[in-house]
Amino acid sequence: METKKLIDDLKRKFSNKIVETTQQFGDDIIVIQADILTDVAAFLKEKPYDFAMLLDLTCVDYRGREPRFEMVYHFFSLSHNQRLRVKAPLPGKDPVIASLTPYWKNADWLEREVYDMFGIIFEGHPDLRRLFMYDEFEGYPLRKDYPLRKRQPIIRMRSEE
Amino acid sequence: MTTKTRIQKEADKENLMINMGPSHPAMHGTIRIMLELDGEKVLNSEVEVGYLHRGFEKTCENRTYFNLLPYTDRLNYVSPLINNCGYVMTMEKMLGIETPEKAQIIRVIMCELSRIADHLTALAAMTMECGAFTVFLYYIQAREEIWNVIEQTTGARMTTSYIRIGGVRADLHPDFEEQLKKAVTVTRKVLKDVKGLLDKNKIWMDRTRNVAVVSPETAVNYGFTGPCLRASGVYYDVRKAHPYLVYDRINFEVPLGEKGDNYDRYAVRMKEMEQSLRIVEQAVGMLPKSRAPLSSKEGIEPAEAVKASREKRETRKIRLSPNLEGSEKERYSDILSRTANAVVPPKEDTYTTIEGLISHFKFFMKGHGIRPPKGEVYFSVEGGSGELGFYIVSDGTDKPYRLHLRAPCFHIVAALEEMIKGHYVADIIPTFGSTNMIGGEMDR
Repeated sequence: METKKLIDDLKRKFSNKIVETTQQFGDDIIVIQADILTDVAAFLKEKPYDFAMLLDLTCVDYRGREPRFEMVYHFFSLSHNQRLRVKAPLPGKDPVIASLTPYWKNADWLEREVYDMFGIIFEGHPDLRRLFMYDEFEGYPLRKDYPLRKRQPIIRMRSEE
Repeated sequence: MTTKTRIQKEADKENLMINMGPSHPAMHGTIRIMLELDGEKVLNSEVEVGYLHRGFEKTCENRTYFNLLPYTDRLNYVSPLINNCGYVMTMEKMLGIETPEKAQIIRVIMCELSRIADHLTALAAMTMECGAFTVFLYYIQAREEIWNVIEQTTGARMTTSYIRIGGVRADLHPDFEEQLKKAVTVTRKVLKDVKGLLDKNKIWMDRTRNVAVVSPETAVNYGFTGPCLRASGVYYDVRKAHPYLVYDRINFEVPLGEKGDNYDRYAVRMKEMEQSLRIVEQAVGMLPKSRAPLSSKEGIEPAEAVKASREKRETRKIRLSPNLEGSEKERYSDILSRTANAVVPPKEDTYTTIEGLISHFKFFMKGHGIRPPKGEVYFSVEGGSGELGFYIVSDGTDKPYRLHLRAPCFHIVAALEEMIKGHYVADIIPTFGSTNMIGGEMDR
């Protein structure tokens, strides 16, 4: 599958919702508006594009810029041996984006990790809780305004209520 | 007040709830599995991770590109060289650095040795927990030999930091091939012995056949990579799909499983180790002859050289610290790229010339070291348990703006709940062993 054809098809289908398509260091990047994420995901997962694998999902905090957050998805197509990076900018205030759990099962943990580290809310996620940190942890450690050496108070032993 | 976890909400009050871990002899690494049991049958479970979370990504974002390398050793601590290689090659992709051929071949050898060590450890743990203690000892004996080779080359067994941006830290030891031959012979023998002990062993087959079957569709849907994906019969290996280093010039096969059960995950790893040995042997044959003379203990002390160079340019040989053996100036063209400001300048120059001293300071000074262009990059290598990817966002300074690791076992452990559902408590142990969960890599 040629990347050019894929990008043309995407542009035809979603026209003005595709913000930008670029290439950097040999990687193909597509920037979309956050509200069409699930449609794009469903579109890419189907044949002939066949991006059957969600390789990775993460977030970048561009503090001091608006839109502040940027969700980064890496899709991989086994049949075409092709990687694609899809990015969706999110506002700094109440960042919400649709969950990809209906399409890829590993999105469950990946989205929980991003929620844990950045505080992005995934709409439609079945069980959005912190993954690595404990429930009482305050703040979102991978945000740029979280100090590197900040200490959190020691929590008391949990007991059955 | 804490929120209830999923299983606490879903579980039937009649059923027995059991915690496995986080400190449990079979939960190597710290992970907690909450089980809802009916007798010995697992009805439902929940996996809790994060006990080894130490903020790898946040730490890296506050270190320079050169200084964060040792942190990558501590990801998958059984195969640190592959982690080094993954990070370094991501940086090289961003900086556009070409590495010398010898360095590339050394990297291939080191990565494959690490892969063998990784598979040996994974299988050793898995088999031991099923009661095959002899097999465990055999595996560990082979791993010991492999780590001897790694120690001889890199100076460390686990925290290697050997593969550097632009090449490798030091040239191979003069006795390298001899030591390697010994390790390969021992590993071959161990693999043969273990095959004889396990492949048709009734107990082993009963414990692993048809347990935790993962269909190809499920495996792909969960983002499985590496031996676990190939055990389900899906052909995908980063070394074949996106060849890096000199893998495209080496003959090797990608073994596949049939069913995707625990036995297949064991069998695929066994076959992969044989292929890795093949790769190592081919790569050793490809090594170009070194033009540099052997390291010698002769020469003048560095302090004397520094003093003498104040008067006139010092041309005598300098005796470097034993820690720098193999990275003398004459070897630089073999093992490190010539790209300016990406590799540490030779120590001999730093001691005796003002230009060398300036470039040394420029390399290590805050805000001056390796500064890749603005942009973002993703690159992956085939790690011990799957595709090990690095996603780095650069803002043009000497620190990564964002560094994210795609940990292969994260995706596999995410499927553990589904894999153990409906099986017995005793089956959790080999299933968990076959995922090869490494806490350092998954929790980051």
